[in-house]
Amino acid sequence: MNHAAIPEGPKPRQISASRIAIYVFLGLSAVFFLLPVYVMIITSLKPMAEIRTGNLFAFPKEITLDAWAKAWSGACTGRVCEGIRPGMLNSFKIAIPGTLFPVIVGAINGYALSFWRFRGANLVFTMLLVSTFVPIQVFIFPLVRMMTATGLYGTLPGIILIHTGFTLPLTTLLFRNFYASVPEEMFSAARIDGGGFWSIFTYVLLPISTPIVIVAVILQFTGSWNDYLFALIFAGRENQPMTVLLTSIVTSQYGEKEYNMNMAATMLAAMVPLIVYFASGRWFVRGISDGALKG
Amino acid sequence: MPGWNNAMALPVSLRRLPAVIAMTPTIFFVVVVLCFGLLWTVWTSFTSSKLLPNNDFIGLEQYVRLFGSDLWQVAVVNVAVFGLLFIGGCLALGYVLAVLLDQNIRFEDGFRTIFLMSASLSFVVTGIVWQWLFDPTFGIQAAVRDWGFSGFRFDWLTRKETAIYALVGAGVWQATGLGMVIMLAGLRGVDQDIWNATRVDGVARWRVYVYVIPAMIRPMIATAAVLLSLTAIKIYDLVVVMTGGGPGISTEVPAKYVMDMLFQRSNLGQATSAATIMLLAISLLVGLPWVIVRLRQSRSARGGSE
Repeated sequence: MNHAAIPEGPKPRQISASRIAIYVFLGLSAVFFLLPVYVMIITSLKPMAEIRTGNLFAFPKEITLDAWAKAWSGACTGRVCEGIRPGMLNSFKIAIPGTLFPVIVGAINGYALSFWRFRGANLVFTMLLVSTFVPIQVFIFPLVRMMTATGLYGTLPGIILIHTGFTLPLTTLLFRNFYASVPEEMFSAARIDGGGFWSIFTYVLLPISTPIVIVAVILQFTGSWNDYLFALIFAGRENQPMTVLLTSIVTSQYGEKEYNMNMAATMLAAMVPLIVYFASGRWFVRGISDGALKG
Repeated sequence: MPGWNNAMALPVSLRRLPAVIAMTPTIFFVVVVLCFGLLWTVWTSFTSSKLLPNNDFIGLEQYVRLFGSDLWQVAVVNVAVFGLLFIGGCLALGYVLAVLLDQNIRFEDGFRTIFLMSASLSFVVTGIVWQWLFDPTFGIQAAVRDWGFSGFRFDWLTRKETAIYALVGAGVWQATGLGMVIMLAGLRGVDQDIWNATRVDGVARWRVYVYVIPAMIRPMIATAAVLLSLTAIKIYDLVVVMTGGGPGISTEVPAKYVMDMLFQRSNLGQATSAATIMLLAISLLVGLPWVIVRLRQSRSARGGSE
């Protein structure tokens, strides 16, 4: 069935015109995808005077890190001028638990749903699946009320809880589908040996779950780091992550925009997911195809 | 072994109890938070709620008001235009790139890494970068004019008629890689006999890619389309960052309408009715075809195994 490893189709022996066309198109596409990032980097390294007079694509005549320094610790959001620095810590404070909880709970859910088919398991699964389609706007106000009633509105635990709840369906799906491919005999054997719910999970399934854990962690971490809407509503002033701070820095400027500083701030906000992306390599690709195709 | 109790001795329903207990938080969240929230929102859309929710039932009046509002009409048209072009653009470019990457080319990993990179970014980041590129005084327009093409126009963001297309451009830049990766996974699973079969018939390779392969990887194309349409219907961050809904109200979208009604105009009735319409739209556009496909799949799977 799977011919993934076998090169397909007629293999061109020599460099033909169509071969060149392919590379040209791919090269142009690469320019399209890279150019904005290139412009972002060089703009962040230019002084404003050079931005006003020079060409957008031109390499900076003099490289300065002033814009980076200002973006990091001096940029203003309204009256507060602390830069994007507080957001970095907040983003980590939100994204790390916002990754761990959904992954752990999702793993347990996936395990319970694939091996312990209790009554109503299918219903729970279907509801989880359906909930991924519902626009978040439907839940915003009821959630604000519930969070306010429980004192969680605008707190760190509150935003972490929101992230966990809304990403559970995805992580559950990932783990359920992964465990669905684990041979049933493995589970039955552990049962016959007297394994209970938790012991089978910890001793039998967790040790073989490394690939899917990596995939889930990468997806979750970039997802919660990049989130804007939830943080805007539920994180509160003290816990604003980088996306929210960045948006208020960029949109609260009057008069001429300080594009070099904006680009530096944007780079700072994009840096962590980009590092994760380049470090994870093929895992990120696998995450997207696993997350999408098996859903 | 410690902790391994004699679970087999328990009655069946009790043996499964730990699984149910372990899933209680999830079940609680789905049933209480999501179902309650959804019902509450739908109910509130039939009331005259403003700043605070009330139970004063007024039938469909909020919906009449909603569809009578210019802002909402513009928002609906915009999301339709954005959605069609964004999904179409991502799928078309994504498919072409996936096909080209599947030709045993050199540096496949490098190209794929470049094409997918923007998918790891936040829409906030994408929006800010593209807003800068679209800046009429210093952005691409100025740069190209500087090179001598004085008539060059790239001021889409500042013109009412074109601002929505600037959003589409930024969106396509961000999400094409996602569609590409999904469709590439599909191409890798295509039965290679197709090439022998079509070669015998003398069919040109590109024709196969245009007429045959899309049908063969339809599930992947559908998956990508579903994911992209979910993104399109919920589009919010990109708009806030790039245009703030402007110039004028030319780039307002439904998700922003809901947020503005909630947090700026304190009009719960309007916010909840708009959210309900969004829900309906997703159910019809994404949910229904998806359910049909699922049903057909499970039926044919069952039929095939018999």
